[in-house]
Amino acid sequence: MKVFRALSTVFVGDAQADRVVPPTGYTARLTLFAAGAMAFLTVFALALSLATGRLATRWGNELAQSSTLRISAPAEQLDAQTETALRVLESTPGVASARPLSSEEQRDLLSPWFGPDLPVDSLPIPQLIEIKETEQGYDAIGLRHRLQAEVPGAVLDDHTRWRKPLEKAAGRLRFLGWVSIALIGAATAAMITLAANAALSANAQVISVLRLIGAQDAYIAQAFVRRFTLRSLAGALVGTVLGMAAIFLLPAAQDEGGFLTGLGFSGVGWALPLIVPPLAAVVAYLATGAAARRTLRELT
Amino acid sequence: MIELSNIAYSYGGGELLSDVSLKIAPGSFHFLTGPSGSGKTTFLKLCYGALVPTAGQVQLFGRDVREMTRDDHAMTRRQIGVVHQDCQFLDHLPVRENVALPLAVSGRESLENVANLKELLSWVGLGSRAGALPPELSGGERQRAALARAVIMSPDVVLADEPTGNVDWEMSQRLLQLLVELNKMGKTIMIATHDMNLIRAAKGHVQARVLRISNRKLQLAGADL
Repeated sequence: MKVFRALSTVFVGDAQADRVVPPTGYTARLTLFAAGAMAFLTVFALALSLATGRLATRWGNELAQSSTLRISAPAEQLDAQTETALRVLESTPGVASARPLSSEEQRDLLSPWFGPDLPVDSLPIPQLIEIKETEQGYDAIGLRHRLQAEVPGAVLDDHTRWRKPLEKAAGRLRFLGWVSIALIGAATAAMITLAANAALSANAQVISVLRLIGAQDAYIAQAFVRRFTLRSLAGALVGTVLGMAAIFLLPAAQDEGGFLTGLGFSGVGWALPLIVPPLAAVVAYLATGAAARRTLRELT
Repeated sequence: MIELSNIAYSYGGGELLSDVSLKIAPGSFHFLTGPSGSGKTTFLKLCYGALVPTAGQVQLFGRDVREMTRDDHAMTRRQIGVVHQDCQFLDHLPVRENVALPLAVSGRESLENVANLKELLSWVGLGSRAGALPPELSGGERQRAALARAVIMSPDVVLADEPTGNVDWEMSQRLLQLLVELNKMGKTIMIATHDMNLIRAAKGHVQARVLRISNRKLQLAGADL
């Protein structure tokens, strides 16, 4: 809270304190550019984190609530085993519904691999049963034991082995996104510190004059802090707007597109990048303040 | 207000001042003289806390300079106006703002003070040059602007280091007159100069004491001046 109160004095604060430092077009533009570029990158890292977060949730939800039972048996036993399996499933707590896929559905599933003309009926294709779970889910190990006893040709796939690595990968990706944001923030702080140090040494004469006439360190520091905070805020604002526009203009997500085209914000997520400019201002405020205090301490 | 007890000051190698004691009383008028390089500027810097003596004690308004923080020093400089030999200004701001800068940095930029500023500028004869930038000023104008800046906070003490160093005789007379007027308003004045004529010229207008630095000591010069 203290930082924000101090920040507000930067805005309404002493414009005169700002005037005492001569304007420098060159470093001003560089600071603006650096803040803008960093904000632009932050928006993308943010979009990446949010998108992978959504992706992980979606995969988790879709795959967690369903499983598949595959029955491979000689053709004459297939119907009987399917019947038995359905009976077993209906009597298993945690299974909401179980439905054998029709041969049309199975053909649709296979057509991407074998083409539409596949004579499914004449091939020894295993029967698939789609299982929908209740909220609580079922006991996969118990079910496997029972199926083993009654339906020898059944293989239960509860999707765990697909879901786990996907969730792990998505989690990693999201973590990397946050690490990138932290690194961008740190790099911004480093750049602002360098720029502020350059400005402080370029204005050594101004500082000595101010000291001479009785200016306290806080006043001198504020002249620089105010300047760099406002510059970073302006730069980050432009960078953020451009970054958001770039993401808005990305081709819309398609079902087949999967991960990459899903990059972006949705709903209230669009408000999130708006915290980037104030955050950049806070970073600049703290970095310049620290640089100014350090430099002033070294002067007599 | 400014009290030096048995101070010494040495730069790296040699000792510049040693065993100097002085108590500057309110309302007094001092000249500080001595050959070039004798330590006049160093002595003035010790008097306003820009330098800390290597031995002995300096007290400014009752406080030991060694115990003062950076901000304490800043506050002291609002009570001691200093006119430097090479007056430095903020070159990108006009004279008016440069003179008013002490008010700005101490947050006393009130309307009343702005009116005083106009008066002050015409008092030092810079009324018509208020909008000029410092690099456009002549040597004498710079000295007068520096004097105006030194007194705008209405300090108790004004220290001037060779204020007439690079101006002609007429201008130095005028600057001296301004300092004498300040003294009559109750300010304590100390002027470092090597110009004996200036000191003689002042004698008729003000009760001045003359301090001379020679052989690292501060002496009260005789009445022969």
